[in-house]
Amino acid sequence: MLRFLIRRIALGLVTLLLLTVIVFALSNVIPGDVGRQILGPFAPQESVDELNQRLGTDQPLYTQYLNRMADYARGDLGESYASRESVANLIGESFWASAKLALLALLVTIPLAVIAGVYAALKRGSIFDRVIVTVSLAGSSLPEFVTATFIIVTLGVSLSIFPVLARPPDGADPLTQLYYLAMPIMALVIVYFGYIARMARAGVIAALEADYTRTAVMKGLKRGVVIRRHVLRNALLPTISVVATQTGYLFGGLLAVELIFNYNGLGRLLVTAARDKDLPLLSAGVLVIGIVYMIATLLADILISILNPRVRLGEDG
Amino acid sequence: MSATEQRTAALKVEDLEVAYDVRGVLRPVLRGVSFEIQPGEAYGLVGESGCGKSTTAFAAVRYLPGNGHITGGRTLIGGDDVTAMGDEALRELRASRISMVYQDPGQSLNPTIKVGRQVAEAFAVLGASKDEARERAVEALRRVRIADAERVMERYPYQLSGGMQQRAVIAMALACDPQLLILDEPTTGLDATVEAEVLDLVATLRDETGAAILLIAHNLGVVRRTCDRVGVMYAGRIVEEGIAGEVFDDPQHPYTVGLLRCLPRRGAAKSERRLDTIPGSLPLIGTPLPACVFEDRCTLATAECRTVLPTAAHPRPDRTVFCHHLDRVGELVAAPVTAAVGEVAPGDVVLQLEDVSKTFRQGGHEVRALVGVDLELRAGETLGLVGESGSGKTTLAKAILGIHAADQGGVIRLDRETLAGLTTQRPADARRAIQIIFQNPDSALNRSKTVRSILSRALSKLAGLTGQAAEDRLEKIRDEVVLSPRHLDLKPRQLSGGLKQRVAIGNAFAGDPRIVVCDEPTSALDVSVQAAILNLLADLQRDEQASYIVISHDLGVVRYLSDRIAVLYLGRLMEVGDAATVFAGPHHPYTEALLSAVPSVDGDPPARIRLEGEVPSAIDVPSGCVFHTRCPRAIEGTCEASEPPLVEVETGHMMRCHIPIDELRRLQGSDAD
Repeated sequence: MLRFLIRRIALGLVTLLLLTVIVFALSNVIPGDVGRQILGPFAPQESVDELNQRLGTDQPLYTQYLNRMADYARGDLGESYASRESVANLIGESFWASAKLALLALLVTIPLAVIAGVYAALKRGSIFDRVIVTVSLAGSSLPEFVTATFIIVTLGVSLSIFPVLARPPDGADPLTQLYYLAMPIMALVIVYFGYIARMARAGVIAALEADYTRTAVMKGLKRGVVIRRHVLRNALLPTISVVATQTGYLFGGLLAVELIFNYNGLGRLLVTAARDKDLPLLSAGVLVIGIVYMIATLLADILISILNPRVRLGEDG
Repeated sequence: MSATEQRTAALKVEDLEVAYDVRGVLRPVLRGVSFEIQPGEAYGLVGESGCGKSTTAFAAVRYLPGNGHITGGRTLIGGDDVTAMGDEALRELRASRISMVYQDPGQSLNPTIKVGRQVAEAFAVLGASKDEARERAVEALRRVRIADAERVMERYPYQLSGGMQQRAVIAMALACDPQLLILDEPTTGLDATVEAEVLDLVATLRDETGAAILLIAHNLGVVRRTCDRVGVMYAGRIVEEGIAGEVFDDPQHPYTVGLLRCLPRRGAAKSERRLDTIPGSLPLIGTPLPACVFEDRCTLATAECRTVLPTAAHPRPDRTVFCHHLDRVGELVAAPVTAAVGEVAPGDVVLQLEDVSKTFRQGGHEVRALVGVDLELRAGETLGLVGESGSGKTTLAKAILGIHAADQGGVIRLDRETLAGLTTQRPADARRAIQIIFQNPDSALNRSKTVRSILSRALSKLAGLTGQAAEDRLEKIRDEVVLSPRHLDLKPRQLSGGLKQRVAIGNAFAGDPRIVVCDEPTSALDVSVQAAILNLLADLQRDEQASYIVISHDLGVVRYLSDRIAVLYLGRLMEVGDAATVFAGPHHPYTEALLSAVPSVDGDPPARIRLEGEVPSAIDVPSGCVFHTRCPRAIEGTCEASEPPLVEVETGHMMRCHIPIDELRRLQGSDAD
């Protein structure tokens, strides 16, 4: 188990390193000169050159990359080119904003989707089952920006139930905050409900048809006991890995939702950074998302190994 | 048990009809099944796939799949009508009076719960407290002869061997001291020696508990060893019923006669006779059938059979047969056996193995799966490989095929040319020369292609044939494997198992192979289909002069096809010789135990050799003769000290044993008396 964890974390670090290379390379594909971008089209060429020299953006790419990595190794995320603010501060703020949104969305989605999926499987073929299957398919097939726009137009603009901008006033109490965040959360729930519900449903159906469930029924156990003890644990193992992967995606997927609802989160910050060629901000932000993804899948693996003895005990079983 | 209960049947099935709802249409599976099992009696249901034997069992305990419906008749357990029971009564019945054990114990145990808790659950449901249930679970495991029950309690199912898993399942099933124990193919997929142990256990427990047993099995030998009475099912009806041994020795229904004549039994070999087959094929579920369900395939059938339901006749005491033509069954029984396949004089040596070993590395350990194997195979000859799982049969076949490379030092020669270890390093000729037929033809056939394109591809890849030449050859192969022209345009999923295996055989023969490895070629097939495939393999061998390496757990099949037999144990050859010699004896003690373990449809010899324990791990092999830990004839002081060499004990008969052959002959002769 310990060896497995160490291997996973080492693998994760390698992945993160690759991620920084890719982000760095990609962001340099975007045409334009950093100094020019910051100072605007009318600034004299000398100022632009001077700025580039100061930022180090006149140096060859690999030198820039190595300098960046050296800074990261010291725990220094650098300064934003655009706003001259510390990247750590910028990302820190918006990370918490995004995390709040993502966690709230997950908190609603996971229980809702798991319960709906399990119930649909138990009542397989019923009206409820068919509705769940259709709704979840439709929900997860639509991209976030479509669902988000739809929600704004209906609940926000036409019915005016919720505020169109997801920006609670400063110092608002939790309930008010929730009120402001309701629509973006809804948009996320609609998308992620589908994946998780379908997975839970498929898992329960497979477990219900499994031989060990037949054994349990033939033992004369009550149906409730059969389902709690024998069906659910085996059924939800695959769901857990889906939830973990989705948590990672969710963080990336916040982008569209944050833009549409004008919410100051990590996604929106990164879009701005990419537009401004704000490399320090961009690469740090992507790295943070990568770390979140890594931690989520790691947690899922640990959880699965707790539930599945075969994984937990591994070779020494 | 009170006096009244004793008179009530443990299970009574009355005119049971079951249908499956397939896309809104009810398709009948059981067409009026009736039988009774008395308390303490063991009753076997036999028949080929789709005959409804498992459906009967599941209907009896009301555990049909969602689309299965009881459309008529009823089942009574201990006098109580199960078909009319409410859910709670049904649950109590399952908890306290009936139990079931099925095929594949690994699947019937919950993978995420410890074995002990699963067994304890069966006691808790009867009202035992937590501690009490645990205690009784340990006892139950001891009762099924699990020595270290305490330790097994703490294990997860995947940590136990198949035999141990099945014991745990049986322990659970016996928790409630059931009146009726239903065993659905309980030993299918287990090794012969493990099968023998499980069957022995069932017999002992039956004596101890007095439970009635309903055994469902396609293996007639298993039924003969275990059951008092047997019902033979065909297409949803019982066609013949009687005392197990009598039915198998003296069948009266044309189907039972045909089924038994399909089996390679009593040492049948391809050089002596072709196997009989039953004309036609098993009816598909839901097809409308004539009054006598076997009419389509029966050579005795008359117009009456189509329209008039045969009634129960009793041509023998304790026998019930449903047939209009009992007086003519003698014609079938007396029908001459079809001519032999014809002796093939073995030609030159095609394949030569010298000191072939295979070592795997597993978690830092060396696993010696194959140790110093020397073998020869001649043109047109069949070599049968025999041994329990883990004996190295498949490893040997894979080394020959080049699926994995044998260890350095050993030599594999094809036509005197040394072969590279991996097939990818071998010349195209050598690759084409060695082909394989799998147990499951599905894995060998591309599902999205028609039979024609599958065979054409094999012809162009293996034989380099295209155009007209390929088409001619394709016609020839089609003819050889007895497929009709219309089959060529079908896809594998539209074919039955037997037809698929024919395509796979055609595929293997496309490139004129020198050697064909047949890995359990008929294990997934029904008996009547198996006979046709075995005949086909024998015919092809005669016509093409191909050599076969046959791997099968069914010793009847191995005996039928093989000219020579090699017996493997823990990767070592224990005995090699002519098939007739190896089967007739004197045997190596391991071969003797294997032969004795396999339940025979012809009945078992009075004294059986029972092997103790399981095959030792190949990581930690026993000292001396690797078989000494389980050998009933081991000589103390000798067998654990040194490994005997493989030597020729009589002409053409090699054996690896410290006991001299005359001594073995004397020992084995006296046991049989």
